[in-house]
Amino acid sequence: MSERSDGSHSRFELLGWGAGAFVLAALAVPWFLWRDSTVVAGLPLWLWWHVGWMVLASMGFFAFTRYGWGVGIEATGDRAGTGEVDRDG
Amino acid sequence: MAETTLQLGIVAGYMVVAAAVGLVAYRLTDRTAEDYYLASRTFGTVVLLFTTFATLLSAFTFFGGPNLAFSAGPEWILVMGLMDGIIFAVLWYVLGYKQWLVGQRHGYVTLGEMLGDRFGSRLLRGLVASISIFWLFPYVMLQQKGAGQAIVGLTGGAVPFWVGAGGITLFMIVYVAISGMRGVAWTDTLQGILMLGLIWAAVAWVLAAVGGPTAATDALAGTNPEFLALGGGLYTQEYVLSTAISIAFGVTMFPQINQRFFVARSKTVLKRTLALWPVLVVLLFVPAFMLGAWAAGLGVTVPEGGNVIPAVLNEYTAGWFTATVVAGAMAAMMSSSDSMLLSGASYLTRDLYRPLTELADEEPTERDSSTLVDRFWHALLAVAVAAGRLLRSERDREALLARAGVVVFATASFVASLYAPGTLVQIGDTAFGGFAQLAFPVLLALYWARTTRWGMYAGVGGSQLFYLASVFLPMVPGSYFGGWSASVVGMALGLVLTVGVSLVTSASPGENAGIYTVSATEGD
Repeated sequence: MSERSDGSHSRFELLGWGAGAFVLAALAVPWFLWRDSTVVAGLPLWLWWHVGWMVLASMGFFAFTRYGWGVGIEATGDRAGTGEVDRDG
Repeated sequence: MAETTLQLGIVAGYMVVAAAVGLVAYRLTDRTAEDYYLASRTFGTVVLLFTTFATLLSAFTFFGGPNLAFSAGPEWILVMGLMDGIIFAVLWYVLGYKQWLVGQRHGYVTLGEMLGDRFGSRLLRGLVASISIFWLFPYVMLQQKGAGQAIVGLTGGAVPFWVGAGGITLFMIVYVAISGMRGVAWTDTLQGILMLGLIWAAVAWVLAAVGGPTAATDALAGTNPEFLALGGGLYTQEYVLSTAISIAFGVTMFPQINQRFFVARSKTVLKRTLALWPVLVVLLFVPAFMLGAWAAGLGVTVPEGGNVIPAVLNEYTAGWFTATVVAGAMAAMMSSSDSMLLSGASYLTRDLYRPLTELADEEPTERDSSTLVDRFWHALLAVAVAAGRLLRSERDREALLARAGVVVFATASFVASLYAPGTLVQIGDTAFGGFAQLAFPVLLALYWARTTRWGMYAGVGGSQLFYLASVFLPMVPGSYFGGWSASVVGMALGLVLTVGVSLVTSASPGENAGIYTVSATEGD
């Protein structure tokens, strides 16, 4: 989550956010409840899980926009190795 | 009959409001192509969020999806959540933010333009545009078919299918031709909010009439207990994953969605949109699809070729409300279709027409065409140059042509919708799969500097051929490895081909691998 003084993100951060995104995708469908038909408060339990998980995903994406935005995309000197200079900076 | 008049009145009233919005947008639109197609890249959070959202939604939200929930159980909610809420959101960043930065920097309006510039290839540009238009067509047809069916259902057959679908088509043509991206986006926002409000009102009304969600679910447990168990029937794990993955990637390559990656005003707008995405998806699809599933438990009968949502509303709510919801559904269809028409027209004019007319200035050079491949390219170029010269007299009238493109496209798809075989979902799924084939080559092009022009030809062409074969040739299976769809297999093939061929070829003259390198603070 920390940004270096040059504003770049480390490979570790990239992997971390990547893994987070994978987990969000992997458990959006509660595979562990497959063929389960428990009903809670008028809706299937698996649907409650999904709704909760999507709220979690929104929070996760929000955290990403705050702390991880630019990871893997915004090339700064040390990562792309192109020595690209900002157009307006 | 009085009720039919009222219902048609509500639909017409909605269209009048949309037309007014379009006129205001028209007065604010410059006569430049960038403003017509992209509203000069000035969209804020609410407009971008809802315009993308409304464009994602279609006849499927109100008709196809609830029909599936009615016949096979509500698990499509999970497919939608995983697909639109998570995978698409991740791609919103990975593809969308990258494309936004690159587009800001080089002024691209279409995907084909972006790729053609990077690989120095008019052919690639034309290929991507042609493939996109090819898949867009059946999807627009699907929307028109949905609109026609909705009107038939609403009026109990008093208004025939062709009048309903034709009326909607005519309205969209006039609308898109006049207002451009700004008008389309504003009405999308209106439509998105309308849809969201209506579907919750619909669920609340029906549940109040039947005694709440517990009673509705109990009824469903009585008639279709398997609907409450996760999976089963249509829904295998491979089906859920294949569908979600293929459609999510496909969505990003749909012209009207992909073009929205270019239109945000700032980075902040993209960020806010990303964070709101999963919640918005749940808010829309849980009520819409649960209503379809509950209808099965309530013993609602759906007329042949009809849809479950109007049927359940007719039974439990007032006639005017059913009409309002159907108007909302038609709003959904129009908001998908008008964006598609606009994007389709921009692909047509910028990626196919304009490069062709530019070719008219070129002499097909008399090179030493020793190999068969050289001769083939040479012949192809000569044909293109001839066609370009033929069209050249029109070159100053691009804006007119864009609008003409809208008319031709919409009219042709309307005619096709009159004879369309198969169900809405089948046609739609074919188009999404076709677009999904483009995603991996485009991702590689954006992120992997080693990608070559030949790698792109192979990846884009090969995966399309495979997928087309699986759709249209009976001897090519549509499902592999125990239930994975041909679309997902084709995507993997596209990935392998792009990487493989790029590795064994080197960059051709005219390629510019550095063009997509973007820096941190640019454009914000």
